[in-house]
Amino acid sequence: MPRLSPPRADALSKATGAERYAFDVLPEGCLHAGAYRPGAALGVAHGRVRGVDASAALAVPGVLRVLTAADVPGPNLHGIMHKDQPVLCGEVIRHAGDPVALLLAETPEALRAGLAAMRADIEPLPGVFDPEAALKRGAPLVHQGRKDGNLLLRAVIEKGKAKAALKAAAVVVRGEFSTPVQEHAFLETQCGVAQMLPDGILHMTLSTQSPFRDRFEIGGALGLDPFKIRIRAPHLGGGFGGKDGATVQCLLGLAALNTGGKPVRMAWDREESILAGFKRHAVRLRCALGAEADGTLTVFDCRMLFDTGAYAHLGGEVMELSMEHASGPYRVPHVRVEGRCVYTNNPIAGAFRGFGVAQASPAFEGLMDELAAKLGLDPLALRRKNALTRGDENCSGVRLTGSTDLCACLDAVAGHPFWTGREDWRKSAPPFTRRGVGLAAVFNGMGYGRGLPDMAIAKVELTEAGEFLVYNAVADMGQGNASAFALLAAQELNQEAASVGLVMPDTERCHPSGSSSAGRSTYTFGNALVRACAALRHKLISRAAMPFLCDTLDGLELEPGRVVHRPTGRAMPLSVLARFLPHDDRICVAEFLMPVAQDISGSARGFMIGFPHLLFAYAAHLARIELDELTGRVRVCDYVCATDGGRVLTRQGFDQQAQGGAAQGIGFALFEDFRLDQGRTLTSDLTRYLIPTALDVPDTVSLAVDGCEDSGPHGLKGVGEVGLNGPAPAIASALRHCAGLRLRQLPFTPERLLKALSKARPAKARRSA
Amino acid sequence: MMLLFRLNGQSVEVETAPDRRAVDLLRDLGAPHPDVKDVKEGCGTGECGACSVLVDGVHRLSCLMLAAQLAGREVVTASGLGSEAAPHAIQRAFADHGAVQCGFCTPGMAVAAAALLQDNMAPGREDIRRAISGNLCRCTGYVMIVDAIEAAAGKMRSDPSALHEERVASRKAAKSSRKATMPSRKKAGKS
Repeated sequence: MPRLSPPRADALSKATGAERYAFDVLPEGCLHAGAYRPGAALGVAHGRVRGVDASAALAVPGVLRVLTAADVPGPNLHGIMHKDQPVLCGEVIRHAGDPVALLLAETPEALRAGLAAMRADIEPLPGVFDPEAALKRGAPLVHQGRKDGNLLLRAVIEKGKAKAALKAAAVVVRGEFSTPVQEHAFLETQCGVAQMLPDGILHMTLSTQSPFRDRFEIGGALGLDPFKIRIRAPHLGGGFGGKDGATVQCLLGLAALNTGGKPVRMAWDREESILAGFKRHAVRLRCALGAEADGTLTVFDCRMLFDTGAYAHLGGEVMELSMEHASGPYRVPHVRVEGRCVYTNNPIAGAFRGFGVAQASPAFEGLMDELAAKLGLDPLALRRKNALTRGDENCSGVRLTGSTDLCACLDAVAGHPFWTGREDWRKSAPPFTRRGVGLAAVFNGMGYGRGLPDMAIAKVELTEAGEFLVYNAVADMGQGNASAFALLAAQELNQEAASVGLVMPDTERCHPSGSSSAGRSTYTFGNALVRACAALRHKLISRAAMPFLCDTLDGLELEPGRVVHRPTGRAMPLSVLARFLPHDDRICVAEFLMPVAQDISGSARGFMIGFPHLLFAYAAHLARIELDELTGRVRVCDYVCATDGGRVLTRQGFDQQAQGGAAQGIGFALFEDFRLDQGRTLTSDLTRYLIPTALDVPDTVSLAVDGCEDSGPHGLKGVGEVGLNGPAPAIASALRHCAGLRLRQLPFTPERLLKALSKARPAKARRSA
Repeated sequence: MMLLFRLNGQSVEVETAPDRRAVDLLRDLGAPHPDVKDVKEGCGTGECGACSVLVDGVHRLSCLMLAAQLAGREVVTASGLGSEAAPHAIQRAFADHGAVQCGFCTPGMAVAAAALLQDNMAPGREDIRRAISGNLCRCTGYVMIVDAIEAAAGKMRSDPSALHEERVASRKAAKSSRKATMPSRKKAGKS
């Protein structure tokens, strides 16, 4: 299929540098705010704050104020689910990036000099940096006074009788897996601008995925009326989950309360972004998969341990989604999954594309390959045999009534020459090189899940000038939902896409519609928008009937820029029709609430919210790799992903998500080796934390499976996340194919591969002898 | 110091500290007007390429340059390549081929592509990948960026008017008189 999609509405303004991100907003007379985070420099991740000395900083010309916890009005705590994170720490720092002071300065140079002149007296406290150690009796407590100590959340999914089924299974494979912290590394760091205006409204322009919720985070932490905070979210320079929740928000709000009404900007530099930003949770999983002799899966048992770092943030919710996906996109009658999410003095973990699922995928797919090898079955056939299809019950007991086209994804890659020719590829390896092809089947839930209404409210207006304006209320972090909304509105209103204007999220002008996350943006808001546009279309036709002197609506149609009466050929430009309508009448608002799964109480315990899900996107991935036996380096030569995202709205947008997700997944699998030592981040900048460059990832081929999700706008499902989940298991599978390696610890660095190769070699030599 | 240089074809005369980072100066000046912040900053250490500009036609990282190093130079930023109303062939191709997602890397990426196409009018995909390997993109996986640069090269070959000839000429002149005043990107990145 040719890429004939209309260009994204934001593409040219971005490519020419005209687009203004939050990073680029710098009002006249703007002050600069920066957080003082002493832990990193002092090498202390857990410590008592004995004193903060700002005298030298205040002597720096241009430094205006130094604020500490004592200056924070209100409870000084924020957090999406648990209010456990101080805006400024007054007594204790719980990780190396915790801030103890906020500086206000006239220039960025003065701010830098001021921050360098700050001193703090921090008494080191015993820290806990390993989630298993954190659960031991007597472990240092990250938060005092919690009934469960360092355990944030324990939850269990139980379906059938897993213990008995494991005993009865003809074959059982087991394994322990671990996945590391991953850094979002969006190109635009966390940033924003705030100003308290004389009307008492706190105005903020933020790089945020959750403008509506931010008001409550800021208001709650600083004791302000959330409805007196106005937040605007222009296009984000990347988010991937890392801008869901308060990053600069509360600090900037605090700054704006102390500038005498002047605007103030905060933009973290890359080191601060890595030090203080939210990360992907590191996870350890211990799993067992049982099957009958013919490969029919019977049982899956798993224990997972999540390190959420110093604060809860979304730790419990990420773990819950991970648990819900732990047994893979397969029919498994007996399932037991136990998850524990634990506080440590490591950096704060949170949402990251693939929200817990990316961590579970290498485990369930690794065991599927193990099982195929043990039973002598074709790994693709084994997956297809057990793949979930519409009408099946999934591991949490949810009946899948939505589109469930994993089989079509598997069929698409089964016929691909990379798969059919995989033995030729293996045999074609040059000396000192191994070649292999790996497969992974993955999925990802859509929406918030039960307990948290996944709702969006769309507003569309015919302006006085006769143009259509969509009030987009879901932040566009780069995935292109804003452009998709313009396109959906254009289709529904029978207009040219380029003629539909967009208002970007603004809590004053748009309606609360949730966060840009969970593969929900285009689905949920798109559905609401289609309804709003249908209502507006009907309204305009009805309103045109009057001046046309039509006593029925038959034959009246909305066309680009006008309403026509087909039988007589009369037409009225929208610019004229708009003048017949008072302002309120030119607006339509509609909401959409994502459908949820039937109640399945009994299968799960300990869950807060967000469980279970009803709708899932599916994908099958192929990785064709080359392993250098001498250096241990893995090169991904080719990559294919077949994705079930329902009906495709624009092929370009769909492929963008697939290819981008695959690249992040390849980084997760091979390069992104986030290193910590006693809570201190060693990979503190982009020279040490390596994300893929153009030379590190192949020309990923994206295939679309022809499906339709009946509940979606124009039949679509969200595909933002599923693509990230495939590469790690697919590359692991390819390493097994090319060298018989069973790698269970990500990332697959050259050191780990050389070690695994040296272990595998003698065994192989023995076998062939 | 009083700094004189050319920015996107316009003469600029500005009072600045000589050791100010060029990226800060360029973001302050803006072009064509101060609200335009087309030069981005993603890392400040020469790793991400978001601050890429052309200095006398050569791809440079403005976060690793000081203001004084711009003296007498011809600086071109993304907004100097083209505008929304009149985009450069590379910018048009980026939009048409889906090379833009969050777009924060895109101005710098377009500059890197322009530098490549000045030297090599018919680059292969591997040449393109090498040329943009100092420009990080976290959204796209690079496939459509490479597609776009390939397509732009084809367009510029078949329609030479899409080339900015005066810039090629100025680059040739500059090449002969270039002095080793600024660190090359690669050297700087490794130091």
